[in-house]
Amino acid sequence: MNFADLFWVTLPETVLEITALLVLIVDLGFLRKAALNLRIGVAVFVGVVGCTVAQWALLHPPAGLTLPGSHDVVLATGGSAGVAQAAILALTGLTLFLLIGTDFTRHVGEFVAVTLMAATGGLLIAAAQDLLVIFVGLELLSLGLYILAAFAKQSGKSAEGAMKYYLFGGMSAAFLLFGFSYLYGITGSTNLHRVMLGLWMPNAAQAAPLEYLALVMIAAGLGFKVAAVPFHLWAPDAYEGSPAPSAAFIASVSKVASFALLISIGTAAWHVFDGARGVVSIHVGFVARPEPVYLGFRVAWSELLMVLAAASMLLGNLAALAQTSVRRLLAYSAIAHAGYMLLGLAFFSYGPRSAQAILYYIVTYGLTTIGAFGVVAVVERATGSDKMDAFLGLSKRNPMLAAVLLVLFLSLAGIPPLVGFWAKFNLFAAVLGVYPVGAGLGLVILAVAMSAVSLYYYLQVLKRAYVMPAVNEAPVKAHPITMLVLLVIAALVVVLGCFPGLLQGWMANFYAGM
Amino acid sequence: MLAWTIYLSFAGAALEALLPRRNAALARGLALAVALAGLALAVLGFAAGGANHFARVVIADAMWVPSMGIRFTLAADGISLVLVLLTGLASVAGVLLSWNIELRTNEFFAFYLALIGGVYGVFLSGDLFLLFVFYEIAIVPKYFLIAIWGSTRREYGAMKLALYSFVGSAMVLIGLLAAYARTGGHSTGLVELAAYAHAGALPVSFQMWAFPLVFVGFGILAGMWPFHTWAPTGHVAAPTAASMLLAGVVMKLGAYGCLRVAMGLFPHGMDPWGFSIIGIGSWRDVFAILAVIGIVYGALAALAQSDFKFVIGYSSVSHMGFVLLGLMTLSAVNTIGATGAVLQMFSHGVIAGLLFAIVGRIVYERTHTRDLAELEKMHLSRRLPFAAWAFVVAGIASMGLPGFSGFVAELQVLVGSWKADPWWTGAAGVGIVVGVAYTWRVLQKAFFSDTHASLHELEAEHKHPLAPITWPEVTGVVMLTAASLVVGLYPRILLDAIEPAVKALAGGMQ
Repeated sequence: MNFADLFWVTLPETVLEITALLVLIVDLGFLRKAALNLRIGVAVFVGVVGCTVAQWALLHPPAGLTLPGSHDVVLATGGSAGVAQAAILALTGLTLFLLIGTDFTRHVGEFVAVTLMAATGGLLIAAAQDLLVIFVGLELLSLGLYILAAFAKQSGKSAEGAMKYYLFGGMSAAFLLFGFSYLYGITGSTNLHRVMLGLWMPNAAQAAPLEYLALVMIAAGLGFKVAAVPFHLWAPDAYEGSPAPSAAFIASVSKVASFALLISIGTAAWHVFDGARGVVSIHVGFVARPEPVYLGFRVAWSELLMVLAAASMLLGNLAALAQTSVRRLLAYSAIAHAGYMLLGLAFFSYGPRSAQAILYYIVTYGLTTIGAFGVVAVVERATGSDKMDAFLGLSKRNPMLAAVLLVLFLSLAGIPPLVGFWAKFNLFAAVLGVYPVGAGLGLVILAVAMSAVSLYYYLQVLKRAYVMPAVNEAPVKAHPITMLVLLVIAALVVVLGCFPGLLQGWMANFYAGM
Repeated sequence: MLAWTIYLSFAGAALEALLPRRNAALARGLALAVALAGLALAVLGFAAGGANHFARVVIADAMWVPSMGIRFTLAADGISLVLVLLTGLASVAGVLLSWNIELRTNEFFAFYLALIGGVYGVFLSGDLFLLFVFYEIAIVPKYFLIAIWGSTRREYGAMKLALYSFVGSAMVLIGLLAAYARTGGHSTGLVELAAYAHAGALPVSFQMWAFPLVFVGFGILAGMWPFHTWAPTGHVAAPTAASMLLAGVVMKLGAYGCLRVAMGLFPHGMDPWGFSIIGIGSWRDVFAILAVIGIVYGALAALAQSDFKFVIGYSSVSHMGFVLLGLMTLSAVNTIGATGAVLQMFSHGVIAGLLFAIVGRIVYERTHTRDLAELEKMHLSRRLPFAAWAFVVAGIASMGLPGFSGFVAELQVLVGSWKADPWWTGAAGVGIVVGVAYTWRVLQKAFFSDTHASLHELEAEHKHPLAPITWPEVTGVVMLTAASLVVGLYPRILLDAIEPAVKALAGGMQ
C-alpha cells in the first residue's frame, strides 16, 4: 500500500468530504445574506453534484486496499461493497432533495455538510473489512446522525429524539467495541477474514463461551444500528422528532451502511466456515448441494440473528398497528423490515445469492422510505401534524401526492408488481434456498404472515387519503422540485417492480467486476 | 391477441386516473369501450381456441427475471377461455350497471378496470409467479371500490375482504416459495413445475402439506366454508358493479387457483392419508365435506336473512360450494364433476351478476332499502315490472331449473360427486331444495306481496312513481340472462372447451 492506492480506493469518500467543505464555503462565505430558499437550492445542488461525481468515481474500482506486507484487505471494492456504496450515494442525494421547501433551520450549509460527512462514514463502513476501520466508520456515521436528528433546534421533540438516539447510540457503540476487543483477544487480528479463521476450530461443535460473549455484544451494537428488537427503543422517537430529511437519512442511508457491514461479516464468516468444508457454490442450484454442518461461530451467529429477526418482525408489525402518528408507524414498520432482512442474514448462503437479495431489499426499502418521508414532510408542512388524520382527503387535496403515497405504501406492504414485493420474494427465496429448510421455512412463514398484518396499518393511512371524507379541503401544496423527486421515486418503485431484472442486472455488474 | 385483454384494461385504468374529474360521461364511455373491447377479444379468442380444439396455447412468452428463471408467460386452455369469456361479459355488464355513479367517476372506473385487468391476468397466466402477481393486483382495487363507493358498513366490509384476501395470498405465497425452492429455483412456469412434481422433485410428504395450504389460500377467495365470512359482508357493502364482479369473477379467481395451482401442482396432496378419522381419510374428503357444509349452510343462512342483498350474498357461498365439491371429485377416472365445477363457475358468475344487478342497482337505487319487510309494502311487481320479471328469470336460473346454465352445471357436479361418494350428493341435494325455498321466499316478499294493497296506498304510489328503468340496465340484464340461457340450452358450446382441459389435468393425477 502507498498513499496513491489509498487515494484511489477512497476516491468516493474524498469527493464527498471535499463537497462537504465546498458547501460550507459557498454557504457561509458567499450566501450569508441570501434568501433561505436560494441557500437551500445552492447547497442541495452542490451536494447532489458531489454525490454524482462520487458515484462516477465508483464506476471503475481499483483492487481492494491491503496493508503493507500482508494480503489482508482493509477496504474492499466492487461486489457487495460497491453496490452498497453506490446505493448510499444515490440515497444521500435523494434525501438532500427533501431539504427543499423546508425552513426548520437557517444553518443550511452545516446541514448538508454534516449529511455528506455522515454519508462518508457510511461509505467507509460498506467497504471496511477491518474491525478498527469499521468502528471508525460507524462513529463517523453515528455522530453525523445525532447532529442531524437534533437539527430542528426549536422543536422539543427533535431534541428529545436526538438525546435518546445519542444515549442509546453511545452505549451500543461501547458494546460493539467491547465485542470487537474480545474478538481481537481471541484471534489476535482485527481483519475480518483472519478473525473468522481464528474462530474456526475444526471439530468444535460449539463456540467457546468468550466467543458467545463477543457475539452477543456485537449483535447488541449492530442491532441498535439497524433498530432490531430489543435494541429498537430509540427508533420511534428519533423518527418522530427529527426533521424529515434527517429521518429519511436515518431510515435509509444509515440502514444501508449497517446492513452492508452485516453482509461483510456474514460473507467473511461463511467464506471461512463453508469454504473450509468445500461446499460448492450456488451455481449448482440448491437441491444438489450438500448440507453443511453448522460449526461454532456460525451457528451461534445464525441463532442470534434468528432471534433478533423473529422479535423484530413480530414486535415491529404488531406495534405499528397501534400507532396514530405516521412517522412512528414508519419507525415500527422499519423495525419490521429490519427483521425481514435479518432473517436473510441468519440464513446467509455462501456466494453472492444471499448478499444480493439482502442488498436488493435494503436498497429498494431505502428508496421507498425516503419517498414516504417526503410525502409525510409535505403533509406535515401543510397541516402541521404527522397524525394519520392529517392525511384525510389527501386524494382530493393533492391527487398526485396521494398517488405517490399509494404506490410507496403498497410497495412497503409488499403488493406486486411494486418493487417491495420483489425484494421480499427474492429474500425469502434466498432464505429457503439454504439448507436445512426446516427452520428457514418456519421463519419465512412468520415473515409472510406478518407482512399480511402489515397491510392493515398501511391501509389505515391510505384509507384516510382515499376513502374517508376530508375535514379540510384546502389543497396541500408541495414544492415543484419535491413533487418531481417524489414522482421519480414512485416511478422507480413501479418500473423496478415491473422489470425487476433491471436492478438485479445492475447489481450483478458490480459482482462481475470483483 | 388475448393478451390485449390484460394490457387494454390496465391502460384503460391508467387513462381513467388521468381523466379530468368532472367529466363523468367521458369516464363512463371510456370504461364501456375498454370493457367491450375486452369482451370482443374474449369472444374472438374463444372462437380461435375452438378452431384449435381448445388445446393449450402459449400466447406470450418472454424472460422476465433472468436470475430467478421467472418468465412472463401467458397461456390459455379451455378453462381459461371460458373464464376469460365470463370476465368479458361481467365487466361489460358491470360498467352498464354503474352508469349512475356520479361520485369520483373516473377514479371508480380506474379501480374497476385495474381489477378487471388483474382478473384477466390470473386466468391467462401460464406462470405461477405471474398468476400470483395478478392475483394480488386484484386485491387493492377491490378494497377501494368497496370502501369509497360502497354502502352498509363499507369500511368494515372492505377491510375484511382485503385482509382475508391477503391472508389467503400469503398462504399461497408460502406454497409458491416452497415449491420454487424445492424444485431447485429454476422456473416458476406452471407446466415446468408440474413436470418437476411429476418427476418426483415434490415428494408426496411435501405435497401433503403444500396442497391444503395452497388450496385453503385460494379457497378463502372462493368462499370456502368456514372462511367465507368476508363474502356476505363484502358483497353487501360493495357498490353494485363491485358485487357483480366479486361474486361474478373474483370468487372464481379463488376456485381457478384451487384447480390450476393446488390441484394441478400438488395432485398427490389429495391422495389418501393411509388412515382415517370418522371416515375422513384424505384432504379430498376434508375439502369435499367443507364444500357440502358450505352448500347447505349458505342456503340455510340465505333463508334467514332480512336484507335482500345478504340473501344473494349467502346464496353465492352456497353456489360456490358446488364448485369446490365438483373440484374435489376430480380423479383420473372421474372428470365429470370437475367439468361441471368449471361450468358452474361460468354459470354462477353470470347469474350472481344478474341477481346483484337487480337487487343492488335496479331495486335499491329506487327504493333506498333492501329490507325485505320494507320491500314487502312497496308492490314492486306493479311498480317495477321489469325488475320483478327479470328477478323471476334470474331466480329460476339460480334455483337450477332446466333451460338455464345452472342446471347443467350442478347436475354434472352431482353426478361426479355420486361417483365419488353418494353421501356428498345427498347432502348437496338438501342445499338445492333449500335453494328453491330461499329464492321463492325473496321473490314473494320483495316483489309479489301486494295482494293486500289498499286503494289509498295505490294512489300514494302514483304520486311518487319510481324512476323509470334505463337502457344500460336493460342491456346489462338482457345480456347476462341471454348468456345463462344460451349455455343452458346448448351447454356443448362451453363443455367442448372445458372437457379437454379438465381431462388434461386429470391425466396429471396418475
